[in-house]
Formats: sequence, C-alpha cells, structure tokens
Amino acid sequence: MNSVINVMRRELTGYFATPVAYVFLIIFLVMTGVFAFYMGNFYERGFADLDPFFRFHPWLYLFLVPAISMRLWAEERRSGTIELLFTLPLTTIEAVLGKFLAAWLFIGLALLLTLPMWITVNYLGQPDNGVILAAYLGSWLMAGGFLAIGSCMSALTRNQVVAFILSIVVCFVFLLSGLPMVMNLFNSWAPQIVLDGIASLSFLKHFADISKGVIDVRDLIYFGLVIGFWLFANVLILDMKKAD
Amino acid sequence: MIEVKSLSKSYGVFKAVDDLSFTVRAGQVLGFLGPNGAGKSTTMKMLTGFLTPTSGTALINGIDVVENSVLARKTIGYLPEGAPSYGEMTVQQFLGFVARARLIDKNSVAVSVDRAIEKLNLSDVKHQVIETLSKGFKRRVGLAQAIIHDPQILILDEPTDGLDPNQKREVRRLIRAMAKDKIIIISTHILEEVEAVCNRVMIIAEGRLLADDSPQALIMRSRYHNAVSLVVDAAEKVASILGELPQVARVELNEGELTLFPAGDGLFEAVTATISANQWQVSALRLEAGRLDEVFHTITSGGAAA
Repeated sequence: MNSVINVMRRELTGYFATPVAYVFLIIFLVMTGVFAFYMGNFYERGFADLDPFFRFHPWLYLFLVPAISMRLWAEERRSGTIELLFTLPLTTIEAVLGKFLAAWLFIGLALLLTLPMWITVNYLGQPDNGVILAAYLGSWLMAGGFLAIGSCMSALTRNQVVAFILSIVVCFVFLLSGLPMVMNLFNSWAPQIVLDGIASLSFLKHFADISKGVIDVRDLIYFGLVIGFWLFANVLILDMKKAD
Repeated sequence: MIEVKSLSKSYGVFKAVDDLSFTVRAGQVLGFLGPNGAGKSTTMKMLTGFLTPTSGTALINGIDVVENSVLARKTIGYLPEGAPSYGEMTVQQFLGFVARARLIDKNSVAVSVDRAIEKLNLSDVKHQVIETLSKGFKRRVGLAQAIIHDPQILILDEPTDGLDPNQKREVRRLIRAMAKDKIIIISTHILEEVEAVCNRVMIIAEGRLLADDSPQALIMRSRYHNAVSLVVDAAEKVASILGELPQVARVELNEGELTLFPAGDGLFEAVTATISANQWQVSALRLEAGRLDEVFHTITSGGAAA
C-alpha cells in the first residue's frame, strides 16, 4: 500500500511540475462551461439542474482523458524510467494502481473545480442536490473507466500519439455501444441476450442512470468491473513486455 | 552472494545471453567486459529482475530472481544503462521517491537522501529539475539513486559513461571505497576502468563467457607480458643483434619502437647488458606488463590470447 501511495505521489508531483496539469484543468473548465451554457442552453431551459452540464461529460472525457492517460506508460518506456521503476521493490500491480489513482484523483480535482456551476444553480433556484451529487459521482466513475482503458493502451507503446489515438478508439466503442447506430448493426441478426450484453456495456447508459440520481449497485459494479478489467489487462501487458 | 545458474535470454532465434553461470562473493568488484551487444546489459537486467530469463535463474543471497523478484530486488542497488530518471522532478524529490520506494523508514528518508547527495557531490543542484542538468550530473543522480539504501549488492551499467576524467576518478574512488564488504558488478568497455576498480573480470561476447579471471591474470595472458620495448637509433641494426639473444623469441619494429618478445626468463637483464656492452643511445626502455586491450581483442575476436 505504501508503494502505491509513493508511486501516486510521484505521479502527481510530475503533473504539477509540468504545464500538463494546468493546461488540462483550464481546458476542462472552459470546455465544460462552453458546453453547458451554449450547447446545453443552461439558462434558456429554465430548469434549476445541472443536466446540461453533465450531459456532455462523456464526450469531453473521450478526448481529454486519453490526453492525460497517454503519457502514463508510453513516457516511462520512452525515457527508460520503466527499467528504474521495475527494479525497485514494488509489484507491477502496485505501480499500475499508483499511476491510475494519481490520474483519477487529478480528474477528481478537475471535477471539484467545477463547483461554481453547482453554486450558480443553487443561487438561481432550488435544484435537487442529491441528484447533482450522484451525477458528480457517476461522472467521476465514468472518467475512471476511460482512464483505465487509456492506461492500458498507453502500456502498449512508447509513442504517446499512438497511445492517444488507440485510447480514443477503444473509449469510443465503449461509449457508443448502447446507441442506436451501433445497436442497429446487430438488431437484425443477434439474439436478444447478445443485444442486452452489448447495450449493457455502454458508458452512456450507466452514466445516464446514475446522473438521474439513482445510485444502483449494478451501475457501481459495472464501472468497478470496467476499471478492474482494463487495469488487469494493463498489468498483464506490462508483465509480458517490459523492455522495448 | 550471487549465484547465476545457466542464465539464458533469447529473442526469437537470437541468443542475447547464452547459458551463463558464475558466482560472485562479497568483497568482489566484478567487471563485465565485452563489445557492444555482448549481453552485458541483458545479464544485468535479468539479475535486477527487470527481464525474465528464457531459461536458468540467479539467486541473490539465496533468493530466486525469477520466483521471488520483488524480494530479491530489495538488496540490490541498480544503475540502468543511460541512468534514466524522472526529468521533471528535482534531484531531492527524485531521490526521496526512490528512498521511499526502497522501503526506507519514513523518519530516515531525509537522512538517506542527504547522505547520497553528499556522497555524489550533488548539494549545489539538489533543488534543480533533473532534465536541466548536464550529462555528468544526471549520471551522478543515477548513482546516488542506486546507493541510497546502502545496498549489499550494487549493479552499475556503465557507471562512468559521459563523465569527465575528474568525475570518472571520483566515481571510481567511490566504488573502491564501497567495495569492502559488498558485491559490485559494473559493466564497461573502458579497459583502464577494469584495471582501476575491479578485482575480477569477465569477458563476455555474443552472450557467452569467454574469460573469468583477475585483471592481473588476464594481463599476463597478453603476448606483451614480460616483453621489452625500447627506442633506439639505428633500430634495424640493433634489432638484428638483439634478435640473436637466446632469451628473445621474436622481434617487432613498430613506428621506431622495438619490441622483443621473451623466449624465457631474464630477457630484460640480457637486453640491458647487451645495450651497455654496445653503448647504444637508448631514449626509452621499458618492461611490458601486458596489454589488456590486446588480450580483449584476441579473446573477443576468437581464439585465446597467446
């Protein structure tokens, strides 16, 4: 556990020692704002809720999370520090968890910095704060899912651009798997159980459920499983090819 | 103690390390010597648990590096090739990270970091970001990181690469000072370094062990061992006269320098006696100990040194 925290601390130090952290935070805050106010018609709708704000999170994460995750392992490979890291007395699991938690906490911080949105909506009306809290939780869990995919993709290559693109593609598939444009491909021939299976993989569906304010154990387990699965794959990839 | 047992590593059909076995004991400073791509670094990566051997294994103080990698790594300090470090951190932050990762007690982390900084003369740059440092400083940060937990076993892959002559001397002094009750393995292709710090040399080429001896014994394998070199006027006439001596096996004339190879004992005495008898004007005269570069060349290009 100490090793996990140590790796996490080092990662976080790294974020704030470079412009990465500040650029990400600023872009994230500006983009969430732009989406909520312009595309989500935050004011014009006349409802005191944060739905226009949360509705665009999946699409924002699709590009911003891979931007954070792409360096996680690709950079270690490129600079050779992976050799340093894995000759220290810590397990691959500890290193993967430490890096993942650092990035996840960092995105959590970005989410926390959007609190002015919440203050605004409370100033304008009487929103259901329970729903908003649930949506925040759902958004953070979904970011964890994206991040776990991105971390795994980053372990595949020493090139950050390749890691970025791979992550977006895989995240995109997970994001869309419940939407009609994907489901239509399967509707005509696949049995119902397969259709349900594909639909239930969708980030969008589970996020939508949580952000309605219904925290269902199944949705929590879903995101837990997604994160667990991709981090496990991440560990396997690192163990199989540490060098090169 | 390190026991290496039939260690092998292949990449497809290419054998980077081929059935390597040896034992290293405390107090030994072992130098891996070999051409580039000989398998020195690969061997080190397997000893430190970074690469998994294709077959065979190594025991670090009885702990198997394949079966129990994390535990085995604890007693090792390692400087990877090129001395990688997290460039965005300051020297102090980086060493703190390694100290904690090395499971040094929370209260002793600062002390360990300070001690390593002092040993490697890094005090002036400890608050600097590593990527802004010169190559020499980066190398010293890498060394500081390797010794921070005062490991019983030190594995250093080209520790003096990129250092200036003064810094090289300093690092060699440091290695010698630490050598007493530790095991130190260094890889290098600088021959003088082997003579300066090692008490055991292994010559490796194409993944195989070609020679395993003390530097002195290796030098004695040189055909120059006990040869006599001299610089003298009218070298060719002198060569023909000295060539008649029973102690001389062969004479070579090279860029004005005459080298006499011994056929038995007493060559140096016989040569000096002949010189004074003939009253030649000799501007240089020396007894050769042997040339390590020549031994190295002979061994690594096939066949044993004469």
